[in-house]
Amino acid sequence: MADDKLDKTDRTDRTDRTDRNADKGHIPTVIADELHIVYRVNGAKTGKGSATSALSRILRRGEERGVRKVHAVRGVSFTAYRGEAIGLIGSNGSGKSTLLRAIAGLLPAEKGKVYTDGQPSLLGVNAALMNDLTGERNVILGGLAMGMSREQIRARYQEIVDFSGINEKGDFITLPMRTYSSGMAARLRFSIAAAKDHDVLMIDEALATGDRKFQKRSEARIRELRKEAGTVFLVSHNNKSIRDTCDRVLWLERGELRMDGPTDEVIKEYEKFTGK
Amino acid sequence: MTAPPSPDDGLSPAELAAKYGLSVSGARPGLFEYVRQLWGRRHFILAFSQAKLTAQYSQAKLGQLWQVATPLLNALVYFLIFGLILKADRGMEREVYIPFLVTGVFVFTFTQSSVMAGVRAISGNLGLVRALHFPRASLPISFSLQQLQQLLFSMIVLFVVAVGFGSYPKLSWLLILPVLALQFLFNTGLALIMARLGSKTPDLAQLMPFVMRTWMYASGVMFSIPVMLKEHPAWIADILQWNPAAIYMDLMRFALIDGYGWENLPPKAWLVAAGWAVLVAAGGFVYFWKAEERYGRG
Repeated sequence: MADDKLDKTDRTDRTDRTDRNADKGHIPTVIADELHIVYRVNGAKTGKGSATSALSRILRRGEERGVRKVHAVRGVSFTAYRGEAIGLIGSNGSGKSTLLRAIAGLLPAEKGKVYTDGQPSLLGVNAALMNDLTGERNVILGGLAMGMSREQIRARYQEIVDFSGINEKGDFITLPMRTYSSGMAARLRFSIAAAKDHDVLMIDEALATGDRKFQKRSEARIRELRKEAGTVFLVSHNNKSIRDTCDRVLWLERGELRMDGPTDEVIKEYEKFTGK
Repeated sequence: MTAPPSPDDGLSPAELAAKYGLSVSGARPGLFEYVRQLWGRRHFILAFSQAKLTAQYSQAKLGQLWQVATPLLNALVYFLIFGLILKADRGMEREVYIPFLVTGVFVFTFTQSSVMAGVRAISGNLGLVRALHFPRASLPISFSLQQLQQLLFSMIVLFVVAVGFGSYPKLSWLLILPVLALQFLFNTGLALIMARLGSKTPDLAQLMPFVMRTWMYASGVMFSIPVMLKEHPAWIADILQWNPAAIYMDLMRFALIDGYGWENLPPKAWLVAAGWAVLVAAGGFVYFWKAEERYGRG
């Protein structure tokens, strides 16, 4: 019963919005068409390559071998338009981050397609950075990994360091990142990631890093990025930050799109669902 | 429900995408476009390989000194076992055998570690593949570039060993450069192939050490193939010596060591070396590119 009702509101919302957008002559930037994403999980992760450890691994692996499939996103369809800021909500493991990665073209679709205008990018360079290198080298490495040129990085370098505030307490940027506190490292990562301009920008819970002062600064930077970017996607568990930044919300549950509509309506239903 | 109809109404998602010129996200670019993208990422490829190389020893007290110390210790171990205990020199003079052995170990290690790094280039960097957009070939190429830089450090040790055993710098040492270039091409191609295989079957990382060790013993790293097989027809030795691991080793020895002349090389050595390089590099690149859109599925 409840589901039926939800479905109906969902449909009405969608029609309303499509028409509204058509009125304004909105241009689609991201179209997801019956998208399915399936992860294949092997028993264990790849290990080091020395012969002895490889041998022991083969012997130990026996019982847990085999591949498990995780159907993370099931048939999601939506159209995002230029100038929209779209929030993605849902409980843990509902497929939000997976959906973002699929939009960015980083995870191949099992079925269905995602069409995008230009190259959507995920805000985040964590994976490219190396803890054993100095902050300085990580700024350069992270910038290059995001596709910036050496000149662009040189031009932005000081800005990135100043924004992160790493050097406020002494010359930390020339120390290896493993010596940073977790807050400092998170600030530097965000600063590097936010240094680039994007067409379609996707932010995965990046707002919750650092101390209060830094959070304010990063929220301001996100708003700036939003202005420059065509479309913004934001994944967050913080309903307030979704309300502050987004005008439309997609609610995912168990990999399915449960609701799609204006922020207030969806968040209200979501809060009812989570029992807040 | 009564809003005015939009011109986009009734269009399927695919038609809508076509109308506004949207492209499929994560689709594989054409081969030339791919090469162009890869060239655009050359600074990243180089920076990533250097970063990996530096990060390797950054926690050690001696730091980057290990770049040279590791190959030196390696050479010592092999010398101890094959030179002193097993006496694998088979009548080769000591002045030739020691640099012969060390060259073999270093040159083979270059191929071996490129293959091992290649297997894990995608499967071991899924976080990176799933977070950022770049031509995936950047990773295996970057890893074999890292191994090339590692080999350049080993070459310092090798030069010292060569001079220590009476092979002084001469014009033929310049031949080291084309040998390195060809072997690098070959290794990169191999790393690309292994990267695609390893992304589908990460278990290869467990299997490869055994395969590589077998290859090492079959390629004459610590003994001379023609001397070992002198009772058999010459073509058997030729075939073994034409195998890519052996051919680069032999050419490097020929360039570096006095008293290791043409007579130790199989016929058409340079042609075979170049052939392997071009074939495996081009083939590996195309093979890797064919699965570009599928990397990252895990």
